[in-house]
Amino acid sequence: MIQKELKKLVVYGAFLVIILTPMLGFRSTTFEPGRVLKILGIFMTILVLNIVVKFIRSQKKDDGRKKTPWTEVVRKRINRYPKVYTLGGLLALAFAFPMFADNYMIDVGITCLIYVCLGLGLNIVVGLCGLLDLGYIAFYAVGAYTYSLLNLTFGLSFWAALPLGIVLGMVVGCIIGYPTLKMRGDYLAIVTLGFGEIVRLVLNNWDSLTAGPNGLFGMKRPALYYPSFGEDGFTWVTYYLKSLPSLYYFILLIAILTIIGVRRLDNSRIGRAWIAIREDEVAAELSGVPTTWIKLLAYALGAGFASVAGAFFAAKLSYTNPNFFLFMESCIVLCIVVLGGVGSIPGIVVAAFVLIAAPEVFRGLENFRMLAFGGIMTTMMILKPEGLIPASRRRRELRADQEPPPKD
Amino acid sequence: MAELLLKNVTMKFGGLLAVDNLDLEVPSGKILSLIGPNGAGKTTVFNLITGVYKPTEGTITYNGETLNGLHSNKVVSRGIARTFQNIRLFNSMTVLENVQVGFHCRTRSGPVRALFKTRHERQEEKDIILKSQEILDFFGLVGHQNDYASNLAYGEQRRLEIARALATQPKLLLLDEPAAGMNPKETAELMELIIKLRDTGLTIFLVEHDMLLVMGISEVVTVLDYGQKIAEGTPKEIQQNETVIEAYLGTGALSKKKKPEQQKNITRSRQHD
Repeated sequence: MIQKELKKLVVYGAFLVIILTPMLGFRSTTFEPGRVLKILGIFMTILVLNIVVKFIRSQKKDDGRKKTPWTEVVRKRINRYPKVYTLGGLLALAFAFPMFADNYMIDVGITCLIYVCLGLGLNIVVGLCGLLDLGYIAFYAVGAYTYSLLNLTFGLSFWAALPLGIVLGMVVGCIIGYPTLKMRGDYLAIVTLGFGEIVRLVLNNWDSLTAGPNGLFGMKRPALYYPSFGEDGFTWVTYYLKSLPSLYYFILLIAILTIIGVRRLDNSRIGRAWIAIREDEVAAELSGVPTTWIKLLAYALGAGFASVAGAFFAAKLSYTNPNFFLFMESCIVLCIVVLGGVGSIPGIVVAAFVLIAAPEVFRGLENFRMLAFGGIMTTMMILKPEGLIPASRRRRELRADQEPPPKD
Repeated sequence: MAELLLKNVTMKFGGLLAVDNLDLEVPSGKILSLIGPNGAGKTTVFNLITGVYKPTEGTITYNGETLNGLHSNKVVSRGIARTFQNIRLFNSMTVLENVQVGFHCRTRSGPVRALFKTRHERQEEKDIILKSQEILDFFGLVGHQNDYASNLAYGEQRRLEIARALATQPKLLLLDEPAAGMNPKETAELMELIIKLRDTGLTIFLVEHDMLLVMGISEVVTVLDYGQKIAEGTPKEIQQNETVIEAYLGTGALSKKKKPEQQKNITRSRQHD
């Protein structure tokens, strides 16, 4: 056994050297073999430790008891307390966060919460209805640009523009959804990818309306209105949410409403129809589910949630430009859904925080930041293919071998 | 009175004639069987009725309404439900949820009501659960209601499929080989179940290979071969029909046909394939 592991170690080491070669740098000024050796050393230590752990484990006698994975242990420990406490604790933490965090952390928190909204919206399309959508960020863009244009041209406030943005997002969702209704899987993914790019390119090239790659700027922030009884009688005072903590609380509210909304949809008659379509479209249709309409509804509602997030994003930055809506963003949102656990609301919330915060945490690694990010994603997928906190349904699908066999 | 009426229905897949000028009448409140050798076009007939395929020619009417060109879900909401030859349950949903999906076309709550969780929506959900449990009770599956559909035993999965079809509150139930893969005991239970369903006022139209079941419970049997109707009548008549025996066993079987005793054995032997 030791020999086999040692062989593995040599192979892995050789592989690492090949991967790390480009990092040596080819110009004489940056030639730094020491750096590579350091990285190589770290990786090799991890591998050696891995062998040691394996060896110790193999020495231990197998007592025949089924080991519960640590995630299950954590889940059980959390479930011991009533749900109200867990949720209340998390909520309290979320509310207290700006009090001890600096502006940078709050900003990252806001980005995370935006992605929570996006992930949950995409969860309707991908997770519940099973339609692989690679152009989801287009709806985010629609929301952002709708608010920007309405605010800049007509001076509409955030609250007045929001419903219009949602409606427009839903309409665009239907426009993209309609031609793809007969498609599934790979084909659907490619078509939606194309649509996502079309939206971005239109925004980039329609100079007269969207100012092209320069972007739009100067939008008003979302405002709160409260009555004031001053000397000159009763007036409404407008309070613009300019500070980061106030924006944080605002997006937190939106995220909470999104979570509640998606949860309610998931547990409704429509949610059941979505899952039925994901499972077997023909059987769903023949059980009386109007699949065409229900799929369009999934696109529209998913787009609506993205639109809200987009409007907030534009309002927060007071600036928007087509390069915020690259294909890469769609990918990250999809990664959040898949890594979090397709169809699982808590999983997606956690994954949004992990995936958005991770590149920030690794800033110290400079150039290797994205390498570490990729490493995390790969490891997560290998260790937990069904996602961080899998939806109960999904867990069954992917780990069928661990279920009790069906009775006969 | 005929509930479901097929008139000159023809279905072509490219050059292949799957159903050829078929006239069929499904009388209300009866159990009717459609039999025929493999590839005779039986399942195609079901697919035509439920709107999965559009007939190349001919009309299908149900209580006077034309079904041609309707989407399958509209056919279901008109009161025609079906099961599948190979079980098609929603595997990662629970047994209860599977039946709840069947109520989709009989309920109204849309996304807005679901988002705001209106009183109407909550009431409707409660009703759906109660009614679903009633149906599951009828099929003896209420104890499994929180199990995943894929964890049920084979016979239970077959029953759950019928339960899901019943949740759409049909008047006509199409069963596509309900006894496929069942052992004799399960088949006997299924026969009882089908008769019980008929007694509640349902019309039942089944495609089946198990001759014990077909001959045991159907009131009318229609035989299909190469998409054409070759015989129709009571089970007794069909058992003695020469064309039918020829279609099933080839022309050679006819020369041996002497005693009625022998024929019964011949038709019974079909259940083994």
